[in-house]
Amino acid sequence: MSWIASHFNYVVVVVLMMAGLFIVFSSGNLIKRMIGLAMFQTSTGLFYITLSKVSGGTAAITLKADSETGRALAAPLDLAYIEQFGVDGVVYSNPLPHVLILTAIVVGVATLAVGLAIAVRIREAYGTVEADEIDALSRVTAEQAEPAP
Amino acid sequence: VIVLETLYVATPVLTAQAPILAIVIPLLGACAAAMAPSARTAWMISVAASLFGAWMALAVAGEAMREGVLVYVLGGFDPPMGIALRIDAMGALMGLLIGGVGTLAAVFSGHSLVAEVHAEKHTLFQAGFLLVQAGLVGLVFTGDAFNAFVFLEVSSIGTYALVAVGEKRDRRALPAAFNYLIMGTVGATFYVIGVGFLYAATGTLNMVDMAARLATLDQSMAVQAGFAFVIAGLGVKAAMFPLHGWLPGAYAGGPSLISVLLAATATKAAIYLMVRFMFEVFPQGTAFGEAFLTWVLAPLAAAGAIVCSVQAVFARELRRMIAFSSVAQVGFIFLGVSLANADGISASLFYMVAHGLMKATMFMALGALALSIGARRLDDFAGVAREAPWTAVAFAVGAASLVGTPLTMGFLAKWGLIEAAIASGQVWIAAVIAAGSVLTVIYVGRMIEAMFFRAPSPGAPRAKEAPIGVLAPLLVLAGLSIWFGLDASLPEQLSQAGAARLFEVRP
Repeated sequence: MSWIASHFNYVVVVVLMMAGLFIVFSSGNLIKRMIGLAMFQTSTGLFYITLSKVSGGTAAITLKADSETGRALAAPLDLAYIEQFGVDGVVYSNPLPHVLILTAIVVGVATLAVGLAIAVRIREAYGTVEADEIDALSRVTAEQAEPAP
Repeated sequence: VIVLETLYVATPVLTAQAPILAIVIPLLGACAAAMAPSARTAWMISVAASLFGAWMALAVAGEAMREGVLVYVLGGFDPPMGIALRIDAMGALMGLLIGGVGTLAAVFSGHSLVAEVHAEKHTLFQAGFLLVQAGLVGLVFTGDAFNAFVFLEVSSIGTYALVAVGEKRDRRALPAAFNYLIMGTVGATFYVIGVGFLYAATGTLNMVDMAARLATLDQSMAVQAGFAFVIAGLGVKAAMFPLHGWLPGAYAGGPSLISVLLAATATKAAIYLMVRFMFEVFPQGTAFGEAFLTWVLAPLAAAGAIVCSVQAVFARELRRMIAFSSVAQVGFIFLGVSLANADGISASLFYMVAHGLMKATMFMALGALALSIGARRLDDFAGVAREAPWTAVAFAVGAASLVGTPLTMGFLAKWGLIEAAIASGQVWIAAVIAAGSVLTVIYVGRMIEAMFFRAPSPGAPRAKEAPIGVLAPLLVLAGLSIWFGLDASLPEQLSQAGAARLFEVRP
């Protein structure tokens, strides 16, 4: 139980990831598959952010510990912790994964946009967004292209 | 090296900036093409930007051969903190392949798009085409693991859209593109998860730095999980059997131009990155790595080489046949990689170039035929050699290279692969390659028989010889397969130097 509590974010990441993947591969509706895909991508965002978060850590903006804001931010921290890890008594979260995930979110949005645009075109060309109906219609096209010998 | 230097002449200033220009110029070209007033202007921008990219790739290749490795620091932050482009012979070889095929495909696109894509989409299509090229070149040039993901997605998102545009000819391009998008994005996300694990274990994203730190770490679960995610993710992009489900539809459905570019470069760039992770980033000789190569990579590659060759034999649509053949050839390439020594990797790199050139030739020849006959089935191509002899001959050269006929590049490639397998004592791999080649002969035989020795079916649309704008790049591609079959020094030097670098002792 305590393991789950201490790894709560990772548990959520795995649950989101699996739920997203499951939707992608089990759903026949193209829109639902895109939703699953977005969930799956979002879970990696949470994963990276969790990696970079230092408990009590603040944004990576250099602060002097003796400045007012610096003291305010450092106050809730355990003193021993500051001694061990703190820079000037202020603890920072790792900013790099945040930046990476910002990029990954942009990539995710672009993918989502292209995917939905294709879904719209599929709907125009086939009149449906259900994968099995599209397959059936595609098979008709294939047979027109190559009548059985 | 001599060949490279005679081919390449430029000012030193340009040479110093070549790595970034090879990426940025196609990227800017994409913006310009999107805003171009007419399809013709967009086409000219596309050709110019691709040509410039290829020229810069040539400069990079020359420098990389001279210096061993070329590091270009971006944004004034030194690596490992900042992002750097890092190009060795292996990356240079891939850059040349992408630049070269990209340029020829750009020339070819002038006529091909008119036949296969709605007129109002031509400018945007050229923009997407340049984006894909910029992404691929960035992917093979970058030295940063996360940067590689961004470039991977720049090129992939472009290809999803471009495959979907093939709907004018065949509406099945749309579900194929959607499927490709789903699979490709899942693959890319797996890659990101893997890089996340490796970052958590090492605290760096620079590949060289990551390699140095991984070498000193114990093989923790996090590292192994990261490796598995990275390889599985890239495996989707590389169409590694059994993750290749997206490929036949995408190659068969997309416009010919996109099949040319995808078949020649996209899967190859992903394989390149996999090789980089397997042998450069991840420490060599660990029990986990060895087990992966012996029990996962090699059997899957062998299965892919055989199963997909059989599928190609029984396919009825010509483009689908060539697409299945591509998956089978990816299997051959991975068989070489699984040998895990310099000979094997070198042979695989050489095979990648050979396969890129031959498949580009075959898809481009089909694109040239599609200008006059919108055919899909093999039977529709009956007797086209009589009406379009040059196109058919170019196709036949590509096909001969695919089979591995002597005097073509494909022969040297297969020979190198079999030689490396036997030298490593893996005779079964040589046997699988031989068996796969026999199957290749069967399906290539069916294509050639239909095109050259069968009479055209009565009432079928007559093929016409393609215009010179299409024939020229096609014949250049076919010529390259033969040229490198006679004198392979350029790709051979680069692939050997690239493979050797992976296995040299590192401090």
